[in-house]
Amino acid sequence: MSKLEIKNLHVSVNTEDGEKEILRGVDLTVNSGEVHAIMGPNGSGKSTLAYSIAGHPKYTVTDGEVLLDGENILELSVDERARAGLFLAMQYPVEVPGVSVANFLRTAKTAIDGEAPKLRTWVKDVNAALERVTLDPSFAQRSVNEGFSGGEKKRHEIAQLELLNPKFAVLDETDSGLDIDALRVVSEGVNRYTEQRDRGVLLITHYTRILQYIKPDFVHVFVAGRLAESGGRELADQLEAQGYDKYVKAAAV
Amino acid sequence: MTVIENALEHVESHLHPEPSYELEAHPVPNGLEEIWRFTPLKRLRGLLDGEASDATLTWEQELPEAATLTTLSADDARDLAVNAPFDRLAALAAAQAPSAVVLDVPANAELDEPVRLTLSGDSLEHPVWGHVVVRVGANARAKIVVEHTGSAVYDAFVPVVVGDGAHLDLVTINDWEDDAVHAAQYNLRVGRDATVRFFEISLGGDLVRTTANVDYAGPGGSAELYGVYFADAGQHIEHRQFVDHTAPRTSSNVLYKGALQGQDAHTVWIGNVLIRKVAEGIETFEQNDNLVLTDGAKADSVPNLEIETGEIAGAGHASTTGRFDDNHLFYLQSRGIEEGEARRLVVHGFFNDIIRRIGVPELQERLVTAIEDELAEADFSAIHGRPEPGTPAGSIGAAGGSDA
Ligand SMILES: Nc1ncnc2c1ncn2[C@@H]1O[C@H](COP(=O)(O)OP(=O)(O)O)[C@@H](O)[C@H]1O
Ligand SMILES: [Mg+2]
Repeated sequence: MSKLEIKNLHVSVNTEDGEKEILRGVDLTVNSGEVHAIMGPNGSGKSTLAYSIAGHPKYTVTDGEVLLDGENILELSVDERARAGLFLAMQYPVEVPGVSVANFLRTAKTAIDGEAPKLRTWVKDVNAALERVTLDPSFAQRSVNEGFSGGEKKRHEIAQLELLNPKFAVLDETDSGLDIDALRVVSEGVNRYTEQRDRGVLLITHYTRILQYIKPDFVHVFVAGRLAESGGRELADQLEAQGYDKYVKAAAV
Repeated sequence: MTVIENALEHVESHLHPEPSYELEAHPVPNGLEEIWRFTPLKRLRGLLDGEASDATLTWEQELPEAATLTTLSADDARDLAVNAPFDRLAALAAAQAPSAVVLDVPANAELDEPVRLTLSGDSLEHPVWGHVVVRVGANARAKIVVEHTGSAVYDAFVPVVVGDGAHLDLVTINDWEDDAVHAAQYNLRVGRDATVRFFEISLGGDLVRTTANVDYAGPGGSAELYGVYFADAGQHIEHRQFVDHTAPRTSSNVLYKGALQGQDAHTVWIGNVLIRKVAEGIETFEQNDNLVLTDGAKADSVPNLEIETGEIAGAGHASTTGRFDDNHLFYLQSRGIEEGEARRLVVHGFFNDIIRRIGVPELQERLVTAIEDELAEADFSAIHGRPEPGTPAGSIGAAGGSDA
């Protein structure tokens, strides 16, 4: 049983006109076994939240803390956070030229586990993980994300989720830009991960579409850098019908 | 002189002087000339003085059957169907070397093992003048690996004649000790429908300046020039190319990649391409990428395209110089990979694009290790804007910090 707690998180970025505050006090607790959907309009700060948890150097935490089982992970480097059990599926996965997927996955797995995976089973595991997200095993020989289509990049993120099997996964708009088949493949991957029962998910999305495949335990409306409302699945239905207008107007006041 | 040269128009350009074996044709440079302005002449250890010397490098060779190593008089070497020296250093090498060493691969020979030459020096006292000829006969296939090691002040002129339909891979490795000075000019003539892949890997030496000049004896020839270089503090590594498209439907592809680290590490890449009037239907692309790993290092990168005909299939160039991409490192680190390991992967990936093309697995592994050794010496705390290792990434540049 693990717990990810985000407390009063304030984050800013450097812009040409100086510091700009994006997250304005986020409070959220995710227990293992729970799926939390975070839904918000474009520009509300969802990716900023995801990146800040993962530790991207572009974002400056000005206040608050993020605790993983009581430890403030904001004091950890990016790789230490990952080894502590955090995973971020990125909205725009990065291309790393010349580094093969196979080499990348083995290096990551070795880092996360603290020992190299067994050679005999590992290749099979990688191929199986790729095939589960309908990526041909030949992808293992390609450079990380280079020349992948948008959908292939997202499926590659989910293959990593399954191989690295973190305690908590933050999925940043993994559903965006996917056709219906890819959406199903990606959702099935996430569901396999959560079916372990002791994993937590922060599912960031702009659309309610993915919630037909992944059933969240909690739904949060995210507007203007903080949570505007929290509830159960019915909140997603309400957003589907009414959109974010009401919350955006309220936040603007 | 060959017919093709007589048929070519004269193209006046400060980028590529007239080739000649005569020393008088190449005045002693003052350092301001276009072809010299990047080179720290003072660090040539007097090479330009042209001191007579019979010092030599120690040669070790592995010659597959069919390949031979003989000598040629300097006069005979001048009659080879290849361009004369383009600058004074190359002219000096040709003039001062007592004779030319000739590596021959006869026509139609297919070497199943690479030719390996290791040239090593153990003294900086006297200059070593080298005149090394590579001749690959028509339709032959050969891979030649030349390694330079040790300490020397070495100036070489290296004509490379590639027969019609031949396929040559020429791999040169400059893995000198820190104090070596090495100037080299490779003048390659690519036969009709021949393919040449030229690699240069420059890791060591105080000053390395090489020029690869390519032209074509007939249509259909292809030249690929690849470079990998890694400059440490104080090192000057300069790679110049001049691809002269002298025949129709020829192609050239130039790709040089370098990394720099440490105070006054300096690299220079000059990529000149001339597309002559006769060179219709040619295709050329040249690219140089530099990865600047620390402050205090400088990469100069100058592509030049001169186009005398509009009837070409394609021509382009690209040049990038940058630091580690934060997003690359972030992505790898977000999968648990430590920062140092992430840097290693990124640099490996950066160079791998070229190294994997060499096609000699043992050599490729050695080069990867050599580059990792270079990287291991890096002091990344000198990187501007990067945190000391161990600094919480979430608070980079933070005014308050995360516990406020
Ligand atoms: N480097 C930056 N410079 C300026 N503004 C930024 C930067 N990064 C993010 N922002 C701004 O922060 C806000 C939130 O962005 P983001 O977290 O990507 O939102 P979302 O993921 O919800 O669409 C947006 O208004 C965006 O323009
Ligand atoms: Mg976003």
